[in-house]
Amino acid sequence: MSPAMTRDTLTGSRIRERRLMAGLRQADLARDAGISASYLNLIEHNRRRIGGKLLVTIATILGVEPAMLTEGATATLVATLRAAAADAGTDAAEIARTEEFARRFPGWAEVLAAAHRRLASLERVIETLSDRLTHDPQLAASLHELLSTAAAIRSTASILAETGEIDAEWRDRFHRNLNQDSRRLAESSKALVTYLDESPDAGTARGTPQEDVDAFLGAHEYHFPELEQADADPARSTQDASELTTDAARQIAAAMLQRIADDARALPLAPFRAALARHGPDPVALAQDFSCELPMVFRRLAAMPPEALPGQLGLVICDAAGSILFRRPVAGFALPRFGACCPLWTLFSALCRPLLPIRRRVEQAGRAPSRFDCLAIAWPEGVTDFDADPLLRSYMLILPVRETGEPLGDVKQVGSSCRICPRTDCRARREPSILGEGF
Amino acid sequence: MTGRHVLLIEDEPNIIEAIRFILTREGWKVDSHAHGTGAVEMVQKTDPDLLILDVMLPGRSGMEILRDLRALPEYENLPVLMLTARGQMRDRDMAERAGVSRFMTKPFSNTEVLAAVRDLLAQASRP
Repeated sequence: MSPAMTRDTLTGSRIRERRLMAGLRQADLARDAGISASYLNLIEHNRRRIGGKLLVTIATILGVEPAMLTEGATATLVATLRAAAADAGTDAAEIARTEEFARRFPGWAEVLAAAHRRLASLERVIETLSDRLTHDPQLAASLHELLSTAAAIRSTASILAETGEIDAEWRDRFHRNLNQDSRRLAESSKALVTYLDESPDAGTARGTPQEDVDAFLGAHEYHFPELEQADADPARSTQDASELTTDAARQIAAAMLQRIADDARALPLAPFRAALARHGPDPVALAQDFSCELPMVFRRLAAMPPEALPGQLGLVICDAAGSILFRRPVAGFALPRFGACCPLWTLFSALCRPLLPIRRRVEQAGRAPSRFDCLAIAWPEGVTDFDADPLLRSYMLILPVRETGEPLGDVKQVGSSCRICPRTDCRARREPSILGEGF
Repeated sequence: MTGRHVLLIEDEPNIIEAIRFILTREGWKVDSHAHGTGAVEMVQKTDPDLLILDVMLPGRSGMEILRDLRALPEYENLPVLMLTARGQMRDRDMAERAGVSRFMTKPFSNTEVLAAVRDLLAQASRP
């Protein structure tokens, strides 16, 4: 296949990518472009070629040059360069000429973009490792064991090396200790490396049943087609799942899949998909259509097939102690893997006022702050008995805000977790941030 | 300084052995205790001139032990050298707030331990 052919055949994918970036629904773009949603769907899946007037129209709606859709590499490169400039916080006039720079100096532009991608990737690794180091008791205990053994070896070895005359009995004892400690050091180091190496990129490193379940759900993109059937058997979906390495993880996953299957029966795929196309991700309108409670709509949205969703969305569920029970991440909104989340999240505001839906527009501090609409509600789990305290769970749907140029209104500043949050003047801060210590 | 008495509270037996060796060779008497539980009682029983205290101990943390000791008037000024595998600034701050005299991170050298013990005892013997 020639490069020109490759470029051309991927135009549909680029349209889809730009549409999602703009937060547009397929139906909206199709209507504005004067074509049917099904035809746009075929274009986006590269099953219909696109060119001429329609390409120009779609490019205009998406606010990009037509060449950006047909020559993806340049478009991607320009986007990365703009992100690099935004992260650097520079306010130079040349930023308006990013596209020209990429066209005139493609080699240097690629070097800059690669360095930016590498930096972002390293920062993610630092965040994950710092998060682990601070909150992971297994890692803290392993490091203590390692350093204590190293201290014993160092101390014993220096006695043997620096003491001229040493009693034979003491010398033999120190030799035995050295032998014993060096074996222990080798074993502890190996165990620690195995623990850290469970996932090669550290971004998906696992160690707890909940992490296994997160990996399992992520591998299925949070959607299980088999659970849409009336006779679904959730237990079968967890059998042989390579991500679920312990019985505890399998039990948690099975309970989650059972809930997904129950939700699918109450809100069947076809009518829910149709309602979603009518209302968009508006939980209240959807709940009214199906006469159900908001938490069920939240969960159903998070378990829909990706192509049925009008855009990206995330979902976090926690209990009243703030422990995260479910996480479906969304690009740009960091969810800490260990330890406590930012207490300013709408998720926790909802816990203060159970049963009351709360909507907040938030910006999460970080390298490239993005805005999200966070819709949350705290709801009792199961039926509460007389005189018993309700077992609350809080649900937060995270929807990226479509940047339209219109005023954003009141935007609340939130973080991810204190350890990696750069906001120094936060009233909710629990501990210093490593970002303030030279990172 | 010969004959001064050091109590070492540390759960790693080979560290106890090495420190005991280097200190006894210098003329100090060394007692040890390998558990967080009963550490304060051990201090009261042996009445040392200096305490070497690990932070992460089974039973109770070194920080808690130090706070309890500082609350007792007779140990307000006992020199305490704290050993830890955690060298972060906030751990040092916590130890300082608890009343530590010197803070040392693992792995340390014998020379550093000896120098710290000599220095702390010299400070304590000044009128």
